[in-house]
Amino acid sequence: MAYSNKVIDHYENPRNVGSLPKNSADVGTGLVGAPECGDVMKLQVLVNPETGIIDDAKFKTFGCGSAIASSSLATEWLKGKTVDQALAIKNTDIVAELSLPPVKIHCSVLAEDAIKAAIADYKSKQDKDKGVPATAGHAQPNA
Amino acid sequence: MTMKLPIYMDYHATTPADPRVVEAMLPFFTQQFGNAASRNHAFGWEAEEAVENARKQVADLIGASAKEVIFTSGATESNNLAIKGVAEMYREKGNHIITCVTEHKAVIDTCKKLEKQGARVTYLPVQKDGRISLAELRAAITDKTILITIMTANNEIGVLQPIAEIGAIAKEKGILFHTDAVQAVGKVPVNVNEMKVDLLSLSAHKMYGPKGVGALYVRRRNPRVLLSEQISGGGHERGMRSGTLNVPGIVGLGKAAELCRLEMAADTERLSKLRDRLNAGLQKNLDELYVNGSLEHRLPHSLNISFAYVEGESLLMGINDVAVSSGSACTSASLEPSYVLKALGAGDDLAHSSIRFGLGRWTTEEEVDYVIDKLTNVVRRLREMSPLYEMVKEGVDLSKMQWVTH
Repeated sequence: MAYSNKVIDHYENPRNVGSLPKNSADVGTGLVGAPECGDVMKLQVLVNPETGIIDDAKFKTFGCGSAIASSSLATEWLKGKTVDQALAIKNTDIVAELSLPPVKIHCSVLAEDAIKAAIADYKSKQDKDKGVPATAGHAQPNA
Repeated sequence: MTMKLPIYMDYHATTPADPRVVEAMLPFFTQQFGNAASRNHAFGWEAEEAVENARKQVADLIGASAKEVIFTSGATESNNLAIKGVAEMYREKGNHIITCVTEHKAVIDTCKKLEKQGARVTYLPVQKDGRISLAELRAAITDKTILITIMTANNEIGVLQPIAEIGAIAKEKGILFHTDAVQAVGKVPVNVNEMKVDLLSLSAHKMYGPKGVGALYVRRRNPRVLLSEQISGGGHERGMRSGTLNVPGIVGLGKAAELCRLEMAADTERLSKLRDRLNAGLQKNLDELYVNGSLEHRLPHSLNISFAYVEGESLLMGINDVAVSSGSACTSASLEPSYVLKALGAGDDLAHSSIRFGLGRWTTEEEVDYVIDKLTNVVRRLREMSPLYEMVKEGVDLSKMQWVTH
């Protein structure tokens, strides 16, 4: 399995590994993937309530080098973007940046899903404050 | 002693040829290069003598007589010859074969091909320890069963099947018994009479010999086993396998077999200690480790461990100066988790998190300690990055999670 230098770099020096407080009103959490598939990504964003800009992003990933790199790269790109700009990030951008081979494209798709899930979670928290029901979109602990 | 990197710990995939084996082979390329079937001159006679000498060396290793050893291009061919050869030769007697879900692809795919041609095959499941149930074997036997084929030792998890007991059942029922003994020959004592096997496959490159040569043991007495040849031609190897013999390869196989017979006890003692050291070292440093397959009925130099909550490929990336494998080499081309681990009942996630260690003749204690340290650091680092490990530590029951996938 030949990895691009960028994938190796993200693997050796992952950016923004860690967790943000899940219950904070300004934090959105996206948890996507499944252990049986060999890929699970947790991506979190901290949104500044005044500016609407993502001040911080953190990730944790169970998966191959390409999955780790995709989610690490995602957190790098998210910082400093507005919520709407974050939603515009496409998996194809990740594929291009990391030179992912065809067999690893699904890792970039999962990273895009994680971003969208995190943003959706953040938005649903804002809506809840305004009395709008939460939307499903990420994994729930026990049925 | 300076340790060489990368470290090789994948002896189940292949082994380096022993220098003494290579030395024995060399004259047969350029000096004693005759065709062993050339009956009329000294070039042929000396090649034939070397082949017969190697035949005896292989036979001695497995407790057979030299006449019962057929040379092939390797164990895949031996497995094909044994299974297809019996199926064709004994088709009047029946068309049912019993094998096991954890067999090597060379056996499973051969059986699948026969199924397409009308044979019936039973694939016995394995228990959690990786061994078949003798009761289930008995229950699967019908009056159309003509062959039982069960491997002696598994290439992925190193587990040893109860071969002598299987052989006793086969004998009792009058059914031929073949075993793929590739991973066991030269590593643990193998005796075709004690094991009551009628056919046995072995491979040179798994026991410090060259690639491209192997053998099939074919019993001649009680009963005399007949095979329908799969490669037709000049009638070599008692008509069972035509084709000019690979004399240098065969000489290498013979020498490798002899060295294994003489050095097995000492190698086993040394390697089982190293294997246990590796296991103990990892277990001491890390939690949530699971050894796949029985630790009791296992090859002395083999270890297969799942590192929960860490994915196998990312693990291998982190120990890129150590050669091991995740799942088996034969299935590395596919993206599916190991079918052998799945058969043990390991969840897909544990199958994705497994590493197979195979130690060998040149493995040192220094290498084992290096691997323990390296692996410990990588696993710890990846677990810090693992959302699953985080959730487990928080007390979340992962089995109750509803995951969001495509």
